[in-house]
Amino acid sequence: MFNRGTIINVRNVGHHTVDSILRLGYATRFIALTLLNSGNSFLRVRLIIRELYFTGVLSMIIILISGLFVGMVLGYQGYQTLNTYGSESALGVLVALSLVRELGPVMSALLFASRAGSAMTAEIGLMKATEQLSAMEMMAVDPIARVVAPRFWAGVISMPLLAAMFSAMGVYGGYLVGVVIIGVDEGSFWSQMQSAVDFREDIVNGVIKSVVFGVAITWIALFEGYDALPTAEGVSGATTRTVVTSSLAILGLDFILTAFMFQGA
Amino acid sequence: MERSTLDLWVGMFVIVGFVALTILALKVGNMGTIGGTETYQLSAPFTNIGGLKPRAAVKSSGVVVGRVAEITFDNEKFMAKVTMNIDKRYKFPKDTSASILTAGLLGEQYVGLEGGAEDAILAGGDTVKLTQSAVVLEKLISQFMYSKAAEGGSGSK
Repeated sequence: MFNRGTIINVRNVGHHTVDSILRLGYATRFIALTLLNSGNSFLRVRLIIRELYFTGVLSMIIILISGLFVGMVLGYQGYQTLNTYGSESALGVLVALSLVRELGPVMSALLFASRAGSAMTAEIGLMKATEQLSAMEMMAVDPIARVVAPRFWAGVISMPLLAAMFSAMGVYGGYLVGVVIIGVDEGSFWSQMQSAVDFREDIVNGVIKSVVFGVAITWIALFEGYDALPTAEGVSGATTRTVVTSSLAILGLDFILTAFMFQGA
Repeated sequence: MERSTLDLWVGMFVIVGFVALTILALKVGNMGTIGGTETYQLSAPFTNIGGLKPRAAVKSSGVVVGRVAEITFDNEKFMAKVTMNIDKRYKFPKDTSASILTAGLLGEQYVGLEGGAEDAILAGGDTVKLTQSAVVLEKLISQFMYSKAAEGGSGSK
């Protein structure tokens, strides 16, 4: 009735569906195990501090510099547009709201995914390929508690801090360009910003976003590393998948969170 | 890496992160002034609120004295009811009038309070009775057009 090609195509669709459901289930069990084992890693804070250095401190430079430049670009472009309507005094509002609500959490999450997420995947993938994880299991050390959980919490802790740094740097960059270089009135820049930005609605929502992104990125990165084929090719493929999947996850989650957080405003 | 250097860097990272958050909260979000202070509620009926939004400023003589807390529709009077949180430090007489004003030609709308002469002051939960609605640009334009048309009509006669 059907020709061979159709049957093969249908079979492929089925294969991919079953495969992705399996992986999703595996990933869910993985995060559940990580959360169950994180009590141990909080007892050994040193492990988390070590990972905070690698994920947080080393990402700081790229976050601060990109924040500054994004803020400066916002200052220039915002001024160009607002000037057309003679309302360049609203530049502070534009810069601060776009950074605190969207650009801060999203841009820093994208940078974090490619800077720290890929490193996490490569590290754990290589640990798996060189059988370090199996060696740990042989010594009755749970690799999830020893290797995965500290990295997870380090990522979740550093993400909101990095996003806050990005936003603060961006606002400063906007101030540099808008007030210092172009010469928008300093008083209206800050006062309009302060009357428009709400602590609960804007800043706290931005922090919530960045925490969600932190969970998503580290989850994806750690799972891809843990699930990687123990070959050079497998690790490189897993690293690529980490960056692609977590970037897409960040943008998708950002849309969902924005739709929930700012529906009325 | 040595343990103390690691701690130093991580400590610095966490401190910088929290400093950035504090800057955002204080300098950008203006947590310091209204929000932490104690407030009391006043409400005012308006026939038209225009584009007034919750969280808009309540000003008196240009000074921000509070924020709009809630805007609802009164089913009995068929009017909008604007509830405002006013800073406890500021007192207003009973015959205060409230009007909806616009900052600049296209700016944000805010509630302006103008104190009267009475001695008794408004307490929490009271209603400001004298109100003036927002200026609706379309109405103004249509009034202007009508008066122009009327002028033109009388002129030709």
